Amino acid sequence: MIADPRDELVNHLPALRAFAISLTRNGSTADDMVQDTVVKAWTNIEKFEPGTNMRAWLFTILRNTFYSSRRKAKREVADVDGIFTENMAEKPAHDGHLQMTDFRTAFAKLPDEQRETLILVGASGFSYEEAAAMCDVAVGTIKSRANRGRKRLAELMHLDADGPVELTDKVTIAVVANNGNSAF
Amino acid sequence: MSNDTPSEKARLQIDANLKRVFREQEQAELPDRLKDLLSKLKAQDTKGQDGNV
Repeated sequence: MIADPRDELVNHLPALRAFAISLTRNGSTADDMVQDTVVKAWTNIEKFEPGTNMRAWLFTILRNTFYSSRRKAKREVADVDGIFTENMAEKPAHDGHLQMTDFRTAFAKLPDEQRETLILVGASGFSYEEAAAMCDVAVGTIKSRANRGRKRLAELMHLDADGPVELTDKVTIAVVANNGNSAF
Repeated sequence: MSNDTPSEKARLQIDANLKRVFREQEQAELPDRLKDLLSKLKAQDTKGQDGNV
């Protein structure tokens, strides 16, 4: 019996919604985008090639939906201070130089194309080549967008300034702690 | 050397934060309308097939 690829859709909903929130910076718009994407995927499932990356396929549909609706509604204002920074109250700024609140705010300030690229290659694990195919641009364009986005974030977060590095990533902290222990 | 390239240290920190932000959003609970969407689509398909007989 051949598996129905539509049964796989459910596994990608959380990542799809996370990508939509990163793009739209607005929870309700993001949910609309995810809904549109899933309906399009469901009704066009024959266009999905089994054995290929379904998440990449879904992300591509979602970003096309996003840019198409952005062209239609240029004047819509993104809720920069809404869902994207909603965790501010829950997560006090206790992690030093790299406060996540500041990071989210800085990230939300990036142009859509840079935000999108960083989510694809920096957070979701897609290769530059995969991201280029998804965004229908050259690999060099993706590399350039990623570099410019990271550079801008580094400036906004003052990461390239001199001074001790404060690490927030749990894995990194654990590695540093272990290294410290082994030295004594 | 391009001015568009941040330092390796900054790049690693940024990517760690990007992953964290993305992971937090992924772990957030889906709203009901998205949770129910697939079962509604499935039901619609079944209904459509019944109607086409």
